[in-house]
Amino acid sequence: MDRSAQAYWSTVIKLLTKVLVVWFIVSYGCGILLAPALNNIHLGGYPLGFWFAQQGSIYVFVFLIFYYARKMGQIDEEFDVHED
Amino acid sequence: MDLQTITYIVVGLSFSLYLGIAYWARAGSTKEFYVAGGGVHPIVNGMATGADWMSAASFISMAGLIANMGYGGGLFLMGWTGGYVLLAMLLAPYLRKFGKFTVPAFIGDRYYSKKASAVAVICLLAASITYIIGQMTGVGVAFSRFLGVSNETGIFIGMGIVFMYAVFGGMKGITYTQVAQYCVLILAYTVPAIFISLNLTGNPLPQLGLGSDLVGTDMTLLSKLDQVVTDLGFGKYTTALPGSTLNMFVYTVSLMIGTAGLPHVIVRFFTVPKVKDARSSAGWALVFIAILYTTAPGLAAMAKLNLHGTINKAVMDVHNDGSVTINNGDLFDNNNSLKHSERPAWMKRWEATGLLKFDDKNGDGRIQYYNDKTKDATVLAKAEAAGWKGNELNVNRDIIVLANPEIAMLPNWVIALVAAGGLAAALSTAAGLLLAISSAISHDLLKQIWMPDLSEKAELRAGKISMAVSLLIAAYLGLNPPGFAAGTVAIAFGLAGSSLFPALMMGIFSKTMNREGAIAGMLTGLGVTMFYVFAHKGLFFIKGTEYVDFFGGANFFFGISPNAFGAIGACANFAVAIIVLKMTAPAPQHIQELVESVRIPRGAGGAVDH
Repeated sequence: MDRSAQAYWSTVIKLLTKVLVVWFIVSYGCGILLAPALNNIHLGGYPLGFWFAQQGSIYVFVFLIFYYARKMGQIDEEFDVHED
Repeated sequence: MDLQTITYIVVGLSFSLYLGIAYWARAGSTKEFYVAGGGVHPIVNGMATGADWMSAASFISMAGLIANMGYGGGLFLMGWTGGYVLLAMLLAPYLRKFGKFTVPAFIGDRYYSKKASAVAVICLLAASITYIIGQMTGVGVAFSRFLGVSNETGIFIGMGIVFMYAVFGGMKGITYTQVAQYCVLILAYTVPAIFISLNLTGNPLPQLGLGSDLVGTDMTLLSKLDQVVTDLGFGKYTTALPGSTLNMFVYTVSLMIGTAGLPHVIVRFFTVPKVKDARSSAGWALVFIAILYTTAPGLAAMAKLNLHGTINKAVMDVHNDGSVTINNGDLFDNNNSLKHSERPAWMKRWEATGLLKFDDKNGDGRIQYYNDKTKDATVLAKAEAAGWKGNELNVNRDIIVLANPEIAMLPNWVIALVAAGGLAAALSTAAGLLLAISSAISHDLLKQIWMPDLSEKAELRAGKISMAVSLLIAAYLGLNPPGFAAGTVAIAFGLAGSSLFPALMMGIFSKTMNREGAIAGMLTGLGVTMFYVFAHKGLFFIKGTEYVDFFGGANFFFGISPNAFGAIGACANFAVAIIVLKMTAPAPQHIQELVESVRIPRGAGGAVDH
């Protein structure tokens, strides 16, 4: 496989794009733009749009960073650019 | 023991802990002063970043603003946490690999220009000093209430304490002091929230309590709150927007990019041993931050319900042990309104600070708390029929968190703990900011640009002097603040997000971006944002110099508020930088190679000096 710096960088950009799409959907999508529609659905006592704006997006953000860190570790090893 | 004594003891103990650690870890060389020897574990670093991050704005002010704004307050929650995703992915690992320990040093090298570095110092100073003004507002509120001194005295006492450990401890002192501060402030935030959540919903976790039924009823907390506030003419809690959907969107963007562009947060990621650690460190920081941020919405809604319940028995009875009985009475029946003479002790204590005001407009000796400016004719008609002559209670938003345990009748030690937490939050962030300011001036400006042969000792001294000077400026402006603590801090985020974030990001993600583009972009971003903010808040935040009326009144740009304008400034920054790049030569070959090497983790040494 292609192990060049360009190939590494484009793999990184692909991962970034994937994570940022989820990041955008939960906060700006579910938390803001779609919130009025989602509020018709309830999660326990929470209207769903309100839940995304004040709870849900934060949980997803935490998950996203650790997911990204793990994936990056794997990509670094795959392209043999990791430290040590 | 009375409340005042317990407060003095708890605050005193927590401060001696911080000062003790700072003294024990006194810094030696310049490098240790700034980056703690480059060897801090990601979890420790994450915790310290958490304390650094959660300032007076998060701790004291944010839940109060959410209580006031309802759903729209989510912009603070999403903005201040979502920015960490950007930071962790777009900036932190690359800046760590680059291995310089200040933001202007990165900008100066990447854009091969001392001028670019100097412009970055200006952006950094504008954002950091605005930020400290917000902190000082918070310090003033906290001290005025808990030590029974005036707002001014509170600011001066806080100033002295920040100065002591920032100047004598340096970053190493600060890293471990901040771990201690994190523990104090997170306990102080969550303990009362757990008590209140238990009292109102029977569920100890406020994250779940907010979505639960109220005790002894089958009505959810949020639907009860929605009903009470709309009946009293306020916006519906679960849907109220801050102006418009557009403003909420832009405001959130502004806080997110500001989070990723604030120098005192970025500098944290220079202190981890490896690039890999820079990535996970941001994740750990967000875990520790999320504990507070997911508690805040519960705290906000519950404090609001408790406040309405205290004033109006139709909502609920708050008993002396903190437990509540939910009622469903007539809000406009005057027998339900609290008599001013029977008001609880906490209201008297806060009245003394001037941050809570009662004005008996209809002279019936009872407190009527409703939105007298509502457009809902039914509410106004009911109020008039009940003989109400306007809202009689004015509660400063910044006091909600501090007053919360008192409103909920929690034990005195909890109230004292909250005082200690509020002070820890305000002081730790101020110290981190001072450090960013001092290294920008002494290292990036003096040593790199004006006086290259400055000795290490003189550089250290210059750093300490610049800390003292910026603290004095911030305290002066903090005496007459441009808004609530969290609002002022939001402006600082706008300034950082509009000026530094685009330059840093393009420095990594574009190989060709050149110094002309970066400098023009930073100046445009900062200029546009400052212009809009000063139009609303006065030139350099000096009251009476607002010029917003020349442009058609408040929020003249598509209804966007000045606190949210950083996002627009950042767009202007990107656009100008790209246009200028097209008209000038791209970055030289050796810089393009430098960018390529920054993108790859291997070969990262410790954070190095020049």
